[in-house]
Amino acid sequence: MPAIIGTVPDQNFPLVHGFVKLSGNNLLIGNHMIPVNRGTPASLAAAIKASKALGGPEIYAFLTGDIGRGNGSRNLYEFLTNHIQEFSFDIITFHYLHPILHWHNRLLPAFESMKPRPLLIADAGFMYVAKMSGQAFRYDVFTPDIGELAFLADEMAPHPFYTRGFIMHQEANAPELINRAYTGKNSAKALLVKGAKDYIVSKNKIIATVDNPSFEAMEAIGGTGDSLTGLLTLLCAMGYDTVNAAILAAQTNRWTGYFANPNPASQIIELIEEIPRALLHVLNNYQTEKTNVRN
Amino acid sequence: MLRHFWKKLFKVSTRNAASVDRGILVFENTSEVIQAETILKRMEYPARVMGPPQDIQTGCDLVIEFPLLDQLKILHELELNGLQPLQVVPITSSLLKPVDIFYTKDFNDYLMVRAANMKITINKQEMKIVNISGGGCPDVPFLAYQLVGKKLSEAPRPRDLGHTLCGYTLELAYEELKKTCQP
Repeated sequence: MPAIIGTVPDQNFPLVHGFVKLSGNNLLIGNHMIPVNRGTPASLAAAIKASKALGGPEIYAFLTGDIGRGNGSRNLYEFLTNHIQEFSFDIITFHYLHPILHWHNRLLPAFESMKPRPLLIADAGFMYVAKMSGQAFRYDVFTPDIGELAFLADEMAPHPFYTRGFIMHQEANAPELINRAYTGKNSAKALLVKGAKDYIVSKNKIIATVDNPSFEAMEAIGGTGDSLTGLLTLLCAMGYDTVNAAILAAQTNRWTGYFANPNPASQIIELIEEIPRALLHVLNNYQTEKTNVRN
Repeated sequence: MLRHFWKKLFKVSTRNAASVDRGILVFENTSEVIQAETILKRMEYPARVMGPPQDIQTGCDLVIEFPLLDQLKILHELELNGLQPLQVVPITSSLLKPVDIFYTKDFNDYLMVRAANMKITINKQEMKIVNISGGGCPDVPFLAYQLVGKKLSEAPRPRDLGHTLCGYTLELAYEELKKTCQP
């Protein structure tokens, strides 16, 4: 069973955990309703939508309200450190949490001692603190965009805000940045780099790139990276290994663009709506390719 | 409060003060740094937002670099505005500089500016913010909720609502966008 851990942009939202449902443009957890915008709600909505299309597992979430002050995140770090042993998950995705170094360093051993140890995916603020801790290599997958990849490549930067200028944040430099991130031990075992071309990397080797179909507008749309992380989480939970799950997630995310035909003003929910169509299209091709390889 | 203030001042004056002319103000959180920067800019002090030295980094940090000569006046001014730094430390090693490279993408009807990991996009004709993407700190979804759909001239500034480095980065992208859109 997969779990996604993150925040909701409402400072009055309490710490809650449980299975999440999608109803129209809202998530439902317990008695709480959360609009699907960007951030963790978008990631959850994408995972739920994909799971429904594939007959997959329910998605568990640990959520708290935080608008950047860090209070909600701090409570969630503490709760998880003390209680995660009471749960069992195959996949855990850490998402929009306030990066707090000392809490990260207490949390990681608690997750690593779960039996069995879950696959650990980190995105957004939690990926920042994982890198800053010097323990990035203990995670299974990071999902940076090109600006965040430059940050992983800069061994001095504690946050993307401080990435040094000589480490160019340009797409053409992605292979060099990937190598630098691995060499500095600032990468997880695998990377799914989101950009005009998506890179799927395992142990410092670029295994695949995905650049078709391509919609420039998607870079401007808030939440496209979040939906990709949700898709990755779900596909890992469906039994795909991290590399194949990352390739399929990247392809599916792009095909949502094909079906939604977005412009830079489109909102993420329009793309999430197209996940079932996009996923079935991608998985049909995947099966056909596998059959062709066998024949 | 006054005792705390003098204690901080004393701590600095006995530590290394002869060898440096710049110090840093360390605050509880990024929101306080942003408030302090606003106050000091208003007073025309040469204060700069920078990254903390490695030994005092806690996660999502900014500090304010300032001339130690102005320390007394600056602490007084901040105190008048209800702000108290956690620490005042002389600079003994180089500080990390905030990102200062911007990327602009023109989508014909829309214009996007990226600073580090944050992107902001407007509709050029209506000058309306249509999207905010990137970032990973919890104030990004909150800022997007507050800014998207508003005209650039009427939207709140990210620095007034943001609490993290991602919020501050969005402010830099927003300022660059405003500069780019000036006639």
